[in-house]
Amino acid sequence: MALGRLGLVAVLVLSVGLPIVLDQYKLYVVSLTLVYVILAIGLNLTLGYAGQISLCHAAFMAFGSYAVAILGQRGVPFEVGLVVGVAVAFGWGLVLGFPALKVKHHYLAMVTLGFNIIVFLVLRNWESLTGGSFGISNVARPAWGPLSFKSDRAFYLYILAWATVAVASAYWILSSRWGRAFRAIRENEMRAEVVGVSLRNYKLMAFAIGAAYAGMGGALFAPLLGYIDPGAYTLDRSIQFLMMVVLGGLGRFEGPFIGALVVTVLPEVLRGSEGLYLIIYALSVILMMLFMPKGLVGLWDLAWRSSRSRTSPSTSSGSPR
Amino acid sequence: MALLEIENLTKHFFRLSALSRVSLSVEPGELLGVIGPNGSGKTTLFNCVTGVLRPSDGHVRFRGEDITGRTADTVYHRGIARTFQLIQLFPEMTVLENMLVATQEKEGTLFSRLLHREEPEATVRALALLEFLGIAGLEENPASNLSYGQQKLLDFGMALMSDPQLILLDEPMAGVNPTMIKNLVGHILELNARGYTFVVIEHNMEVVMSLCRRIVVLSQGERIAEGTPAEIADNPLVLDAYFGR
Repeated sequence: MALGRLGLVAVLVLSVGLPIVLDQYKLYVVSLTLVYVILAIGLNLTLGYAGQISLCHAAFMAFGSYAVAILGQRGVPFEVGLVVGVAVAFGWGLVLGFPALKVKHHYLAMVTLGFNIIVFLVLRNWESLTGGSFGISNVARPAWGPLSFKSDRAFYLYILAWATVAVASAYWILSSRWGRAFRAIRENEMRAEVVGVSLRNYKLMAFAIGAAYAGMGGALFAPLLGYIDPGAYTLDRSIQFLMMVVLGGLGRFEGPFIGALVVTVLPEVLRGSEGLYLIIYALSVILMMLFMPKGLVGLWDLAWRSSRSRTSPSTSSGSPR
Repeated sequence: MALLEIENLTKHFFRLSALSRVSLSVEPGELLGVIGPNGSGKTTLFNCVTGVLRPSDGHVRFRGEDITGRTADTVYHRGIARTFQLIQLFPEMTVLENMLVATQEKEGTLFSRLLHREEPEATVRALALLEFLGIAGLEENPASNLSYGQQKLLDFGMALMSDPQLILLDEPMAGVNPTMIKNLVGHILELNARGYTFVVIEHNMEVVMSLCRRIVVLSQGERIAEGTPAEIADNPLVLDAYFGR
């Protein structure tokens, strides 16, 4: 436990120090990865822990992005926009939770997929508010009086702070009885209900909280790029988040970190291979899924288990695995 | 007053009727047996009582309150717990977590369950029950690591966690070895002596005869007989249902 805490501090110190060593482009990739970590944490909560498939994570993300962009244009402070975006995403997450009470699995996938398409069409056609397909440019980065986060380095640290909030709060939620209820629903919905777990309450919450993280990620995404348009919030991106969560390891707390890192960084690394990089990328994703169905975290488990196979195989019950 | 009253309970699956107008009542402290050939509607009866299935017609009253068609979690909170013929656990969660889930929703509000983390009383109770059932020391293992018999006991333990007033056991002895059957019968009788009320579906007639003073017989979704084990054994209708005419 002490070792874990020490490791956590080390990671945080290293993350804070990153802007000193990285050039602008690499820093951008790392910032983007952090934003995706926040988003993937949300989807991991909904899908990985509670077992509710969602193919509209990008739509929830859009609420956050457009909230800060639209309110920012009107001079509202960034943080207010972020909170509004998170609240709107949470609200729509609740709404999308209702069909989850009626339908499951691929049917739920269809419902959420439809929602993503609707949101995309609204963003494209409600020109007076969203700017239509031209989107909104010059999305302002936050500034607190003289303290401004406009530079890439400062904004990276700003994102890092929110990512820390996201990770800590997700840990807090998932290590509570809510986290246990989510996992119980994922593992055996009927049994969970028969021992008194309200499917309605927890499914709605799983959707709403997952969506809220998407809203937070979306709010940070907009000023990172500085420019948003509906094309960034299509079904493609929802599937990208799905890939992150599945690649990382569904229902594993470490999953979103690894998944977001791989999905963001791997294409950048492969860019050197010219036109081949998309093929190599797709192929490696297929191979990873074939040989590591439990995600990359599964690989880590395997190494961990074999390294301490002689000691007792006890698992901790307090932490959200 | 009867603890559980079932009145004309009916369940149709499309045009097939799995239960038709079944009535029975369970007195507090009783150990009632429900028997019948395969497909006679025993598990459907349990499912309709516990809210897993919504009955097509009829009423279920528990301690005088009409609970017909309530969701399974509501029925559980009213004080009815059950086990399953095919074991239903949370396989990737630890044995202790399986037990704790079964009681975590008992008190407080949704948000208090987010804020209050410690469950010392529930943990003590869970460990004591595991001890009572003879599966102590396994609490940190994933439920899927347990043997079939141990899983059956865990399923039973979960039903006891919330201190229910009525426990419905669906074939608790199916697939369990003779030694374990003896243990389970002992557990059920001991709990019954402590005041727990049971309804048991069971195929093992020896077990039913040793556990229950009253038996209800279902056949093709209908109640065809009720009485003491001796009466049931001599009832020609029951013999017909099992062996055909």
